[in-house]
Amino acid sequence: MIHKYKWWEKIGMYLAITAFLIFILAPFVEAFLVSMRPLEAVFRAPHRFFTADMSFASYVNMWTSVPMLPRYIFNSFFISCAVTALALACIIPAAYSLSRFEYRFRTGILTAFLAVNMVGAAVLIIPLYKLMLAIGLLNTYWAMIIPGAAFSVPTGIFLMRSYFLRIPKELEEAAYVDGASRLYTLWRVILPVSLPGIIVVAITVFIGAYAQQFLFALTFNSIDAYNPLPMGLYQFFGRERVVYNELMAASLVGILPVLFVYVFLQKYIVAGLTAGAVKE
Amino acid sequence: MTRRFDAFPYMLLLPAFFLTVIIVAWPLFETFRLSFTNASLRPGEKYVGFENYVEIFEDDFWEVITRTFIWMFFGVLIKIILGVTGAVLLNAALPGRGLFRVLIMPPWIVPIAIGVFMWSWMYNGQFGMISGVAQKIGLLSGPFEFLAYKNSSFIATIVTDVWVGTPLVSLYLLAAMQSVPNELYEAAWTDGAGRFYRFRRITLPLIAPSIFTMALLSAIWTFNSFDIIWILTEGGPRGATTTMIIDTYKTAISRFRFGEGSARAVMILICLTAFSVGYLILLAKASRRTGAKG
Repeated sequence: MIHKYKWWEKIGMYLAITAFLIFILAPFVEAFLVSMRPLEAVFRAPHRFFTADMSFASYVNMWTSVPMLPRYIFNSFFISCAVTALALACIIPAAYSLSRFEYRFRTGILTAFLAVNMVGAAVLIIPLYKLMLAIGLLNTYWAMIIPGAAFSVPTGIFLMRSYFLRIPKELEEAAYVDGASRLYTLWRVILPVSLPGIIVVAITVFIGAYAQQFLFALTFNSIDAYNPLPMGLYQFFGRERVVYNELMAASLVGILPVLFVYVFLQKYIVAGLTAGAVKE
Repeated sequence: MTRRFDAFPYMLLLPAFFLTVIIVAWPLFETFRLSFTNASLRPGEKYVGFENYVEIFEDDFWEVITRTFIWMFFGVLIKIILGVTGAVLLNAALPGRGLFRVLIMPPWIVPIAIGVFMWSWMYNGQFGMISGVAQKIGLLSGPFEFLAYKNSSFIATIVTDVWVGTPLVSLYLLAAMQSVPNELYEAAWTDGAGRFYRFRRITLPLIAPSIFTMALLSAIWTFNSFDIIWILTEGGPRGATTTMIIDTYKTAISRFRFGEGSARAVMILICLTAFSVGYLILLAKASRRTGAKG
């Protein structure tokens, strides 16, 4: 058959996959091993993968030495959820409009949204800082939520639009014939059938929001209680003696929720990106 | 029949429009304006004309621009090469493919900052894994502090950037590969074409547009990337990893020189726009020459 591999092809590919996975997973494995060591063993040269004194102690101790840890994890989660909600509220109607209606400037508007992709958040950090200062949002959750949502809107519109384009127009026409208003049709007919697409966009935005938090928190926030996990942990860097084992333990525990979500929804993400990447 | 003006599609755009105007469009305009002022944390600002622009070029700004482009070029090149390889492997009909698809993605899922914390430990010369393994297999004779020297820290930030970016590139290109009609492969296979020939003559040309799109997007993201360098080196040692973004951030936020910082931000936008336009023009020319679909 066409996909039948010769034995040396198989070996070659598995070797390549192994090399790939070593590169991808090495930091996680190393972080895990460091988190298992007592601090003296962390700072003991030369480097060893396994030592006799490994234990789960860091996972217990970190809750007392980083007392804010649950708060950081909560903040990260909360900010990402809020970003996702706000972004979806903007993305869904806009993508629907850009996929279903013919009107002047439509292509222009679509291009403008795509062009926004080019502007990185860090480029606009000065006016954003001034803006947050002026409207009194510095040191609030909003300063991390609103920009986070804004910078995920363009990609979200792009993904969501390509999903809407695949939904047959007959669905709406049938609803209109039955006398439904257009807003009602969007809400009760289109949204339910787009749920898989919405989930993909939501996850993409959520993951993006989790990743962006660092810059916004670093710049707009100085209240420790509002710090998301990356920023909360960043404060422990550059100290006299970084408690690396607990830092790594905290990082790994903190990313478990996202990893968990990802493993469960992995299939949908691949399918959704497939649709978004190829169409257009 | 003349149609009445229909406000409905515009109304649907309003939320996205407002958010984008407030957080992107207005700040963009403001960045341009500020770049001609001497704004700082102190209230009151004066227009100073092109002074900020003249000033940044009196520093080592050409060096920063060159460094940024070199950083971006190698980052994107390696990401694309690894991305194509990864996509081929993800697409191969091998047992265990599902597991590989799950395991390749974590760098994209995990907050960049936390992935970079892990890398910063890996680069540690005394206790880190890379230096340790390199010594064990005899590549290094003693501990090597990767982030302490100019060249090695530059390479180290690229490696971490590649680690962060490759999974998404692989996934996009996998998506493109899966959209290639199977009949093409079967036809070529019946004609006796080998696997490599099929890859070179069918897969590669058909996913080329996706590769070029991904390369452009990836270039823009790499150009704008902040977290990786900031956490690993903060632009050091002695400026060896200071890209335009880091330079802008340092000037504007760390030293509160909004005017000068804005001028640097404008330079970023100019460089990125010039790069993107140039890239697209070259691409259009190349695709006209080869007659391929772009």
